Amino acid sequence: MATETTHHVAMTLSDHLPVLAILVPFVAAPLCVLLGSRSLTWPITFLASAASFVISFLLLLSVIDGGFISYHIGGWAPPLGIEYRVDAANAFVLFLVTGISTIVLPYARESVKSEIPERHHTLFYACFLLCLTGLLGVAVTGDAFNVFVFLEISSLSTYVLIAQGSYRDRRALTAAYDYLIMGTIGATFFVIGLGMLYMATGTLNMADLADRIADQGANRTVRAAFAFIVVGIGLKVAIYPLHLWLPNAYTYAPSAVTAFLAATATKVAVYVLMRFLFSVFQPSFLFEVNTLEFMIIPFAILAMFAASFIAIFQTDLKRLLAYSSIAQIGYMLLGIGLLNESGVAAAVAHLFNHGITKAVLFMGVGALVLRSGGSFFDRIEGMGKLMPWTSAAIVIGGLSLIGVPGTAGFLSKWLLVQGALEKGWWPIAILVVLSSLLAVIYVWRIVEAMYLRSPASDIEAKEAPLSMLVPIWIMALACIYFGFATDITLTASHTAAQGLLAGPVGLN
Amino acid sequence: MSGEFTWDFIVGHMNYWLFIVLMMTGLYIVVAKGNLVKKIVGLNIFQTSVFMLYISMGKVTGGTAPIFPADMNIDPDVVYSNPLPHVLILTAIVVGIATTSLGLALIVRIREEFGTIEEHEILDIEKAIAAAENKLHGEAMGGRA
Repeated sequence: MATETTHHVAMTLSDHLPVLAILVPFVAAPLCVLLGSRSLTWPITFLASAASFVISFLLLLSVIDGGFISYHIGGWAPPLGIEYRVDAANAFVLFLVTGISTIVLPYARESVKSEIPERHHTLFYACFLLCLTGLLGVAVTGDAFNVFVFLEISSLSTYVLIAQGSYRDRRALTAAYDYLIMGTIGATFFVIGLGMLYMATGTLNMADLADRIADQGANRTVRAAFAFIVVGIGLKVAIYPLHLWLPNAYTYAPSAVTAFLAATATKVAVYVLMRFLFSVFQPSFLFEVNTLEFMIIPFAILAMFAASFIAIFQTDLKRLLAYSSIAQIGYMLLGIGLLNESGVAAAVAHLFNHGITKAVLFMGVGALVLRSGGSFFDRIEGMGKLMPWTSAAIVIGGLSLIGVPGTAGFLSKWLLVQGALEKGWWPIAILVVLSSLLAVIYVWRIVEAMYLRSPASDIEAKEAPLSMLVPIWIMALACIYFGFATDITLTASHTAAQGLLAGPVGLN
Repeated sequence: MSGEFTWDFIVGHMNYWLFIVLMMTGLYIVVAKGNLVKKIVGLNIFQTSVFMLYISMGKVTGGTAPIFPADMNIDPDVVYSNPLPHVLILTAIVVGIATTSLGLALIVRIREEFGTIEEHEILDIEKAIAAAENKLHGEAMGGRA
């Protein structure tokens, strides 16, 4: 077979890292189910996730200087074979996803125990691993159809994970069903788009697609494919008018699942959108520039204001944070729409910063739910006194959400404002600042409820268990750390942005 | 792809017309029908339409099944159809089946919890739950909710 071309064949274990990052959780998932042992499931899940995290970290280190790793599945050379291509942009996403899952898992142990009956735990963790596999696969692959397959692996397990919230609130089932319908429509739109691209170019490898689309220019098939792909991924990203599945899904899913999904799933989808906008289709096409300027940017700004505004009036903290997520996705899309290096770097940095910020907040809310029995505002009143550590972490997360200097959220918003000013679009820079003021209002509502009110009489006064506090605080400290040690995020996001905007690199 | 809307154009793109009709039928059922099972049926038709698009895409005029003879003596005059889209669709069919079975399983659970699979009845029940919650938690917060 392809053994003649020896440089395509990976020889050492370190050459296999791109595929190992996916394989470890993928093999661990059925292992959990086959062993069927409740005591072994969690350690296996955690070890698999931690191993993936280490691998992703190694991958990030090897591509941070701007190169890329091309891995050929089964030794079959692309474009015919499936290629995994790791560069700064997706190594960063891999790092985020595996990092979040590794930190959420110790937290999940306690949280899942209280929210899901014990007989379902094995299957729950297996689904969690499959979801992780899917998200990592979407990020790592360089084959367009492979994106669809991994997207569906992650989506299908996500629907199951969300439905597990039904033991606490039966509305989780309808939330999962709605997401299933919308997610499937989105994924099918994506496949239609891919089909049209295949008709026009005869290839599915992303780098090869980019070359061939650049050669033949914009024809009607390519434009239609672009529309289908953007709408399909848009449903997964929860671009403003396509966001309807998100609030219910995040509100009724188990706390650990919400923390994991909010920090990773939409972020991976944003990454796929960037990959298709910049690496497969080129921003040099007029139709793409028009789409970004007249569709993506207005909707992003609408999301920043409308979703933040809706968030202010929520009575349920979890739902408030879900709407805030939709608004934050608006910032990422705005960065993409700016189409300059600062803007795209802002999108990549915000993807990471918002991931850790939302992980703190949703984990904190999960801890409050564990102790107070609900995430409604009247249930969390006075928690600043009863659960000082959890509440303090939530405040740090809230500050990062606003973008206060010294927190991770500041950096990406600063980049975004910089990107808008570079382009001379100063009204947009003002809008970014103004919409952050809306975030001040809803974060203040949380602070007010937790610190300035007395707790409800029937709530037991107890801090969250250590196994939950430690992950929450690792993330909270990460929010502060990445607010001061800005070099890491800046370097990685600028390298990623340069790589994305450089256009097609072609097959090696 | 010229804009001439001739008879040849219509007949020559028959597979695309069928794809569009099926796709729109499926999407319409998903949007318009209130019964959860019917929505899944619509989703299935929608997905099947995409299978049709891919499979017809792989057909080469005069092409036969892409199976090489056992002795690998390939006659260069024989035209083969493109097998790649067909293989892709095998994967997509598996995904479709998984989606359908998960959707149906969710419907079973919804029926157990809500006692109905009609969308408007479920929405009424959810509205009632939300109203009760707002009353309970809103009053506890001094009507500020």
